[in-house]
Formats: sequence, structure tokens, C-alpha cells
Amino acid sequence: MAALTIATGTGNWFSALALGVTLLKCLLIPTYSHSTDFEVHRNWLAITHSLPISQWYYEATSEWTLDYPPFFAWFEYILSHVAKYFDQEMLNVHNLNYSSSRTLLFQRFSVIFMDVLFVYAVRECCKCIDGKKVGKELTEKPKFILSVLLLWNFGLLIVDHIHFQYNGFLFGLMLLSIARLFQKRHMEGAFLFAVLLHFKHIYLYVAPAYGVYLLRSYCFTANKPDGSIRWKSFSFVRVISLGLVVFLVSALSLGPFLALNQLPQVFSRLFPFKRGLCHAYWAPNFWALYNALDKVLSVIGLKLKFLDPNNIPKASMTSGLVQQFQHTVLPSVTPLATLICTLIAILPSIFCLWFKPQGPRGFLRCLTLCALSSFMFGWHVHEKAILLAILPMSLLSVGKAGDASIFLILTTTGHYSLFPLLFTAPELPIKILLMLLFTIYSISSLKTLFRKEKPLFNWMETFYLLGLGPLEVCCEFVFPFTSWKVKYPFIPLLLTSVYCAVGITYAWFKLYVSVLIDSAIGKTKKQ
Amino acid sequence: MEKWYLMTVVVLIGLTVRWTVSLNSYSGAGKPPMFGDYEAQRHWQEITFNLPVKQWAKFINPDWIALHTSRGYESQAHKLFMRTTVLIADLLIYIPAVVLYCCCLKEISTKKKIANALCILLYPGLILIDYGHFQYNSVSLGFALWGVLGISCDCDLLGSLAFCLAINYKQMELYHALPFFCFLLGKCFKKGLKGKGFVLLVKLACIVVASFVLCWLPFFTEREQTLQVLRRLFPVDRGLFEDKVANIWCSFNVFLKIKDILPRHIQLIMSFCSTFLSLLPACIKLILQPSSKGFKFTLVSCALSFFLFSFQVHEKSILLVSLPVCLVLSEIPFMSTWFLLVSTFSMLPLLLKDELLMPSVVTTMAFFIACVTSFSIFEKTSEEELQLKSFSISVRKYLPCFTFLSRIIQYLFLISVITMVLLTLMTVTLDPPQKLPDLFSVLVCFVSCLNFLFFLVYFNIIIMWDSKSGRNQKKIS
Repeated sequence: MAALTIATGTGNWFSALALGVTLLKCLLIPTYSHSTDFEVHRNWLAITHSLPISQWYYEATSEWTLDYPPFFAWFEYILSHVAKYFDQEMLNVHNLNYSSSRTLLFQRFSVIFMDVLFVYAVRECCKCIDGKKVGKELTEKPKFILSVLLLWNFGLLIVDHIHFQYNGFLFGLMLLSIARLFQKRHMEGAFLFAVLLHFKHIYLYVAPAYGVYLLRSYCFTANKPDGSIRWKSFSFVRVISLGLVVFLVSALSLGPFLALNQLPQVFSRLFPFKRGLCHAYWAPNFWALYNALDKVLSVIGLKLKFLDPNNIPKASMTSGLVQQFQHTVLPSVTPLATLICTLIAILPSIFCLWFKPQGPRGFLRCLTLCALSSFMFGWHVHEKAILLAILPMSLLSVGKAGDASIFLILTTTGHYSLFPLLFTAPELPIKILLMLLFTIYSISSLKTLFRKEKPLFNWMETFYLLGLGPLEVCCEFVFPFTSWKVKYPFIPLLLTSVYCAVGITYAWFKLYVSVLIDSAIGKTKKQ
Repeated sequence: MEKWYLMTVVVLIGLTVRWTVSLNSYSGAGKPPMFGDYEAQRHWQEITFNLPVKQWAKFINPDWIALHTSRGYESQAHKLFMRTTVLIADLLIYIPAVVLYCCCLKEISTKKKIANALCILLYPGLILIDYGHFQYNSVSLGFALWGVLGISCDCDLLGSLAFCLAINYKQMELYHALPFFCFLLGKCFKKGLKGKGFVLLVKLACIVVASFVLCWLPFFTEREQTLQVLRRLFPVDRGLFEDKVANIWCSFNVFLKIKDILPRHIQLIMSFCSTFLSLLPACIKLILQPSSKGFKFTLVSCALSFFLFSFQVHEKSILLVSLPVCLVLSEIPFMSTWFLLVSTFSMLPLLLKDELLMPSVVTTMAFFIACVTSFSIFEKTSEEELQLKSFSISVRKYLPCFTFLSRIIQYLFLISVITMVLLTLMTVTLDPPQKLPDLFSVLVCFVSCLNFLFFLVYFNIIIMWDSKSGRNQKKIS
């Protein structure tokens, strides 16, 4: 019997959690099988399987062209060789919107299978954190809480396993590289991050944090007693080896396309700036608030006859199309403007990381701030990008009460902002149940973990978070039956976007303040 | 209780699993003209909504035009509506009963109570039948559970009321009726038939009669109608068994075609006698020594006797046995988990017909992992843990070398699980030979039946030998 226990491996709580969530993912297989992302990935399987490399970034039969870096294309190529045993038809480039039950099964299973990397990364992360030990109970240990927060993360579950994407293993790579940096295996961390960048370039959001940290804490091998930089300890060997790693990875990825003189085309596919400032559904960032303010001002302006109705452009930002439009009252925003705003936003955290490095924890906070700032001010940000900030922040949340409070606000509003991704009726109970599951667990477990310190939320924050409930009821249950549905169909999306933007901005602000204060206070922090 | 939030999380997990299973196909999906249970439930809604009460039982005429047009109605919105009704019924009746039951368990830590609730809520059989195949079993099982809860906590009147509601919702609950009757009778005897006991007896009788009258009042208007209802509820004309079911008669039929050989009334008598003979010892014991623990175990053995030996049993009736077994999960985790796995497996042919293979496998694995992690079942296989200590002591008086009971049971478990996995694989991947098209269903039923017989013996042993140790201890002290 003991052998059976070991064989099933379920005596261990981590395996039970991982297996449990995997089984849940299997149950989610028949959900919402008509998302666009499903067709996107099927198309990419077809492109990489049927066409030679030189055609990959030129192929445009479908509107969903290949817009991820080459490593992801190679990944799809490898997948396609397994796919042909499930259903050969999906690999035909001209079979637009093809979906059979076997295709669905294959795609879903491929995501579930690749999540193995994520599980491994979570395991490594759990080894690195050493939070407070509150009680002997398993469910109160930081490792247990962190495992649940990461493995059962609501955002990942619905984006990957219902909506369909491959974020699981990509975040696995990121978490693994963070874990390696915690374990002082910097070269591996750098290598993993370089590979990750060539899988999905959205991780450029956090590249500054990596660059600065590696330069400051790895290339300068020692600090002066007061924590500031010791220029003489600069190690050329380390810089060169880092550079070599990055260069080799990039060469492996972009080399073939350089040889084919296709680099400009690849970059134009990777960075499509022709799309608008905001997605059809505004991601809850600063620009959502900006747009909302613009709308409010224009309505007031019209009422008070300050504006001429003929001057207002016909294309409304809320019409759901992805175009470039002008703002009516406030100045319009260009891609360059967003880039400058983002750079200004991440600069203070970068400076903190450079001048007052606090070891891997400081790096993690800077990384979260970079991700969050880029989310706040980026061009054409998708609401799914909030996961880039939520997942690293989970690692911080089990360490300090302040971080836990910010994490809970960020994660609850961030996850709620993902609701419009699933708009079909059968998925409504799932998203509500899973959201409740994750939110109730995260709030209660973190409250229990930090019960000896002051309460996590003040009355304002509690009120705000509770307000999400009525908001959901209004948007999904009451609104469809009112007369406004025909006249102003975008109102639920607008309300969700603006309400969440307030919460996310608040969390970002609070995190920044806490990072700046901490680095001002701490001069002799231990690594 | 502290850790209420963990209990909420457990309930949410249970609800999520239920809803995701319901997204799959249902019984009779897209299969005209018979369709299946889904259509049956819709049809009953059609009848009860459209017809006055007088004619509910008289509806035989299929040419009723006004209602006819909705026959076989299938659409996304309608499916969503039906699934939602099952979820709400579950949420209102069954799930609160489970949560309350687990909270009222004695001598167990909070963590174990929550784990117990998780395992019960994850029991695959009920989820698959209610949300996959489509039925409303959770209502009747929920009411029965309220009944058990009430009686165990000494709220006898409310408990009986709840159980009457359960019977009037689904007549299958009569499987549980005898233990309820015996336990309550035993309680009355214990309190003394001259005093409080008699009062209790009268009160209970009143409650039972009143609830039955209330439910049946609309149908009592004509004698014809009452008889018609009874005939519909107890279809003795349909024969000893239908289709393939894991009970004795079906397994017997493999070797000796008793269904065809013996005349109808002989079959009835045979079934009646064997059922009552097999459950008599436990019931008598319950009357003489009423205890909460004995009550639960008698529920198991009675329902199992009915399932194995009764007339016109459906494979879904195993759920009536599974519910009491879930209740004793905390006392004998190893055997209960084993039984619940076998009970799900016994419904395999039905689930495969409804294309529920993936949810079945996933929910079974989830349940297994939950039980193993919560109760560490593989470490609880000693004789004492299996509650067989007194039995083996008695046997050792005659056979001193009888020390390997737990070892035997462990091996039997292994063999059983391996057989179940193999049969599942074979049923899914291979085609049966042409001469024996039902080979795999029959094999599944046969194997399940053997397992159930073993469990019948086991549970009866526990019941009978439980008191002996109690009596012996009393004598010694």
C-alpha cells in the first residue's frame, strides 16, 4: 500500500493541487470553443506546417497573421507534427475557421500539457520564498498559499483554458527565470528570459528590470558598505558572458530571417502600431480613464454649447472597432507619447533598483512595477496583460502584509476586468464561480497569514471591492433587460473598464509609494 | 465554525465541477424519437404545466396536439435553463444538507470536516447522473439526507417530515424507508412504550400520515386515479430487470435465463423473499439497539440489499446506496472510497451511451485524489480501522491463524481496481465480438455485482459484530 501511495504520488499536497487543477482544466475542455484565439492558433499550426520558413511572416490568407517571434513559430511547427495524428484537416491553410471535435481536443490538450512547465516553475518559486511561519497547519504555510494562488490563478485559467492561449508555459518560463535569480543562478535566469522574449515579445515590458538588475547586481560583484555601487568591482567576464547568451539566443531566433532579409517584415508583424490606442474593449489602464474623461467633457461641452456638434468625429471610440481615432476635447495620443509616458513611469523604479538594490526581492518589485507601468501607459494594451503584473506580485504577497493588500486589490480588479472576455451564457456561471473561489480563498488565506498585523484593507478599499458585486449584477443581469441595451450597448464595457481602471491605478500608485519609501528607509537591507 | 471560508471554497469547487460537467452532452441528445431522461424531464414539465392536476396521471394519449408540438424540443437556451434548474435545486437542498452534516460530525477536526465535505461533494456518480445524464436525484437524496440529519440529531419529527418529502418526490427512496422505520421504532421502544416512547410513536405516525395526505390530496379525488398513480410508480409488469444492471438477477441471467424460465409471480416472490431475508438481521438489530452509527450502516446494507435483490432495479439506483456510504466516509474511508469508485464504474455503460467518458474519468480521478489526500486511506487498512477487529477476534477463536484479513482486503482492492481500469479501457477501445454484442456491458455488471456482494457481506459483518464488542466490554467492566 505504501508503494501505491508513492506511485500515485498523491500523499504530497503539491502534487494533489497540481493534479486537481489539471483535472479542472480537462473539465473546461468543452467550453467556449469559438474564440478567435482558437482560430488564430489553428491558423499558425497550418502556416508553420504547410509553408516553408520564408513564407511564415508573409502569409496572409487569414486575417490572423503570425505576429509572435520566431521561437513561438517553431513551437507551433513542432505541435503541428503531433496535430497531424489528430486531424489532418486543421493543417490546411485555406480551412479558415475549421473546427472539429478532434481539433478542439488537440488544442486544449496541448495547452494543458505545456502547463507542466508552469507547475515546475511554481514548485521552484515555492522553494525560494521564505515567508513568515504563522502556524503549523499546512493551509497556513506561505508555500501552500502561494502554490494555490499561482496554480489556481483565475486569470490564467480563463485566459488559457477557456479563451484559449498558451500563457501557462510562457509564465512558467518567466517564473522559472525569477526563481533562478533568487537562487543566484543568474546566467540561467538571463538565458531563460532571453528565450522567453523570443517566444512572446510582450515580455519586453519587464526587460528593463532584468537588464538593470543583472547589470547592477551581477556584473558588479560587490557593494560598498553603505550599499552603493563599487565601480571597481565591475566584472567584464560576466558582462560579456551575459551579452553572449543574449546574442546567441537572438541569433538562433532571428538568424534565419536575417539571412532571408525578412527582418523588417518580421518587425512590422511583431509591432503593429497601426492599431488604435485602445483595444475594442478598453483595457483598464490610464488611457481608459483618459478616454472616459474625454467623453464626459465632450458631453458636458455639448450640453453647455462650448463645442460644435459638427466638429466631433463620427467614429466613436466605443463602437467596438479597432481603428485610430481622435479625442474630442483632450489632446490625441500618439504611440510616441505613450512610449514616453511609459518610460517616465518606469524610471523611478529603475533608479531605485540601480541605486539601492535590495536583492532579488527588490528586483521582483521593480519587475512588477515595470509590468504595471507598461500596462498603465502602453499603446494598444490588451486587458490580458494584467496577468504580467499579477503573477509576479503573487510571490511578493506572501511576504509582507503591505504587499498582500496591494496584491489583493490588483488581482481582484484585474481578474474582474477579464470578465468581458467570456460573454456567452454557458460560461457565465463558470466565470462567476471561479472568480468567487479565487477571490474568497486569496483574501481569507492572506488575512489569516497576516492576522497579527493591522487589517489588510481600510474602509474605502473594502467598499470599492464589494462594489464589484453590484457592478457585475448590473452589467450582466439587469442591463440586458433595460431599454438602454439598444441605444448604448457599450455601457457595461465602459463601466467595467473605468471602474477597474480606478482600482488598478490605485494599486499601482500604492505599490510605487511603498517601493520608494522602502528604498529611502532601507540602507542596510539584507540581500 | 472557524475556517468557514474553506468550506465556502469547497462548495464553490463542487458547484464548478457540476456546471462544467453539465456543459457536456445529455441523455438522448439529438437522438430522436426516444431521446432520453432529459426529454423525460422536459416532458413532465410540459405535462404538469399544461394539464390540471386531475389528469396528470391519466396522460396516456400521445395525440394531445397542444402539447405535442414541443416533443423533442432541444435548443441551447432550453438546455441552459434545464441545467440551471438542476444546479439551483442542488444548491438549495442537497448541498446545505451535506455541509450541515459534515459540520455536525463529532470527534473530528475542522480540517477533516471540510475534507469530508469536499469528498462527498465530489462524488462522481451523483454529478454525472444529475448534470450529465440529466435527472433531479439531488432533490430526493437531499431530502433523505435532511431526514438522516434530523433523526441523528434527535429532531425526530423534522427528520421524518423531510424523509416523507423525499419519498413523495421519488418513490425509490423507499429503499431507505425500512432503516428509518426500524430506528425510530427502536427509539420509541428505548424510551419505554408506556411513557414517552408511545407519545413519540403517535407524533411520528401523525407527521407521516399528514405529509402523505398533503402530497397526495389532489390525486385522491378518484380511486381509479390513485390506482393509476400506483401502477405508474411501481411497474411490476415490466419484469425482473430491464437492460443491464449490476444486481444478482442480471448476473444470474448470464448463466441461467431465469427471466424467461420462471413465471412472473414466482420471480416476484423470489425477489421479495431474498430481499427481506438479506436485510432482516440488520433491521432487527437496529430496533433492539438503536444508535446513530448503526442507523447509517443499516441504511447502507438495506439499500444495497434492495439494489441487489429487488424487482425492476435501474443502475442509477446505486446512488441510493452511495449516499449512505458517503455518510460513513469519515469512519471507514478506505472501504467507502472503494465502494464509491465501484458504484461509479457500475454505471459505465450508461455514461458511455451519453458520451460522458471524459467527465467520468476526470471526476473519478478528482474524487480519488481528494479522498487519498484527505483521509490518507492507504494508511488506514488495519483491522481496527476497517472496524473488523471484533469480527476477526471472534474468528480467531476457531481459526487461530486468521491474521491476514487486512492483507487480503488490500489485495482484493488492488484486483478490483485493476479489473475496473482494464474493463474501462477495453470498453472504450475495443469492439465487442459479433456474437456477443453486449459482452462489455455484461462484464461490467458482473464484476460490479461481485464487488457489491462483497460489500454487502462486509457491511453486515460490521453491523452484527459491532454490538458484540460493546456487550462484551460492558460485561468486563
